Amino acid sequence: MDSDLDDDGDDLRYGIDEEYDYPDSRPTVILMGHKRSGKTSIRKVVFQKMSPNETMFVESTARITRDTICSSFINFETIEFPGQMCPFDDSLDPIGIFQKCEALLFIIDAQAELQEPIATLVEYFCRAYKINPNIKFEVFVHKADGLTEEARVETKFNIYHQVKETIKDQIEVDLQVTYHLTSIYDHSIFEAFSKVVQNLVKQLPTLERLLDVFNQSSKVTKSFLFDILSKIYIATDSEPVEMNIYELCCDMIDVTLDLSSIYGVGENGANYDENSQAIIRLKSEQVMYLRQVNKHLALVFIMKEDGNEKVGFIDHNFGVFKQGIEQVFRVKNRGLHF
Amino acid sequence: MSSKRKVLLMGKSGSGKTSMRSIIFANYIARDCSRLGPTIEVEHAHVRFLGNMVLHLWDCGGQESFMENFLMSQKDQIFKNVQVLIYVFDVESREFEKDLRYYQSCLEALLQNSPNAQVFCLIHKMDLIEEDKRDETFKKREADVLRYSELAATPLGERSNAVCQCFKSSIWDETLYKAWSAIVYHLVPNVNTMEDKLAKFGNVLEATEVILFERATFLVIAHAVLSPHKDPHRFEKVSNIIKQFKLSCLKMGSKLDSIQVRNSRFTAFIDTFTQNTYVMIVVPDGKVSAPMITMNVKNARKVFEAIETKQ
Repeated sequence: MDSDLDDDGDDLRYGIDEEYDYPDSRPTVILMGHKRSGKTSIRKVVFQKMSPNETMFVESTARITRDTICSSFINFETIEFPGQMCPFDDSLDPIGIFQKCEALLFIIDAQAELQEPIATLVEYFCRAYKINPNIKFEVFVHKADGLTEEARVETKFNIYHQVKETIKDQIEVDLQVTYHLTSIYDHSIFEAFSKVVQNLVKQLPTLERLLDVFNQSSKVTKSFLFDILSKIYIATDSEPVEMNIYELCCDMIDVTLDLSSIYGVGENGANYDENSQAIIRLKSEQVMYLRQVNKHLALVFIMKEDGNEKVGFIDHNFGVFKQGIEQVFRVKNRGLHF
Repeated sequence: MSSKRKVLLMGKSGSGKTSMRSIIFANYIARDCSRLGPTIEVEHAHVRFLGNMVLHLWDCGGQESFMENFLMSQKDQIFKNVQVLIYVFDVESREFEKDLRYYQSCLEALLQNSPNAQVFCLIHKMDLIEEDKRDETFKKREADVLRYSELAATPLGERSNAVCQCFKSSIWDETLYKAWSAIVYHLVPNVNTMEDKLAKFGNVLEATEVILFERATFLVIAHAVLSPHKDPHRFEKVSNIIKQFKLSCLKMGSKLDSIQVRNSRFTAFIDTFTQNTYVMIVVPDGKVSAPMITMNVKNARKVFEAIETKQ
């Protein structure tokens, strides 16, 4: 089974196995921001499972850190520029870097002074745009947990307006910039990263359609396709996302993996394998399911319980769905080779 | 028949007594604890534990003026009829010597007034110490605490219960559950009967492990280990994992009923058991039939309910 997956792996556009990977096809996400805005903490919490309170011990980054995340479905390469360094310095090969860049994240500390970071943001975005106009520009208004609900909205609105105006003045283009309110102390950082990643997944519409079909045929109310390592969701159905359902699904992944690492670790140290699954029943007559899709992905879905045992029915539908997913990535890949 | 147990919670002001009490018994999450203010004099909390047992928690404010009062004018009132004293030390305290002297005075007062009380010391806020230094720091602090315990006990002759148990704890990880599980373990009657029955039950199911959790707090109250496991901290880890999930369910206005997790090597079932407990069964087989386990849990429920009502 495992070897089958590997074979599929090198077919995938956002493939799985590092050794067969084309280095140029890795989506590169660049993290930027002033110093102490929380760049390293974000990277550690999202990709390295650090618990948020431990980020207090994270030291200030002194040089450019390139970090390739391979054990995740998304072949992420994050480049982190320390706050005191200008990424457009000629010695850093800005053209090479930004031409590969697919998403540029700028992190602003919402609790600190805003003018200087906004100026830097505008400057960097404009320069990056000149190098590569296809970059997706994203702003994380970070450390939002320390603000009241009103202050959050206001801060985001302020930043939005200033950035929009100044960019227009400077390069006379209406740059598409997406804003996210984030904090590492809740799920908002995962939600924001999910949106960023979905922007990069080219198969997204097909995946959404697949999930919709799965939901309709299995009477499922909501489903997410998760990257298990980072708890980022690659896709969800077309129903709107309720934040608390998403959070509960994230927590379900935690429960599944944490219990598996206590009781079900194999010789190779893996706690997630082709038989990984979980069922959680809630007293509100809802049932949550988690099923393994491949080495990195899991389908998490929630449905109403009506008393009938429908395990076989769900098993069958899930099997069809899984095949569908495999095909989506294969077809896409063939397209790329033409 | 309800039994009330007096539990004293003492220690320097700001050492974290109210925070840990709120997390264990009042469904707080660690982050919310920063909102708690200092405790004035004594806050009383009655918590129902295992249904018919009531823990009467005396959360004693730790500011020096209160401490002096407890040790002088209110001495009888505070230290009489105590079943358990939990003394909390802040591991980063700048005046650890002073904390120890207060501890010694409290212990002396306790031994005079409630000679049979159990004593537990928690070296708290361990998360503030760098990870590789935690064991060393804890050992040092533990040795100090034990030395002062003896100082308090010696003038009163042989008092073996004064030689207390020390635990390291932090509200940010599972160590808190380990410490409190050990404490309540001493308060639950019939633990041995329960563990015997659990082992029998586990044998029938061919399980490797059966654990009983208290329903409200998710503290481990009894366990039967049928085949050895290399991780000695797994009970408190499971407590922590499930408690966190339970809180996430509450946030959604829902309640946890049961959990089933499998991979190729194991299946774990967590299910509501008696009125006051959850049970977890671990089977070393990823394909075991869920309805079979559910049915057995249902049948075992009656036996354990009978043991509980006997208390």
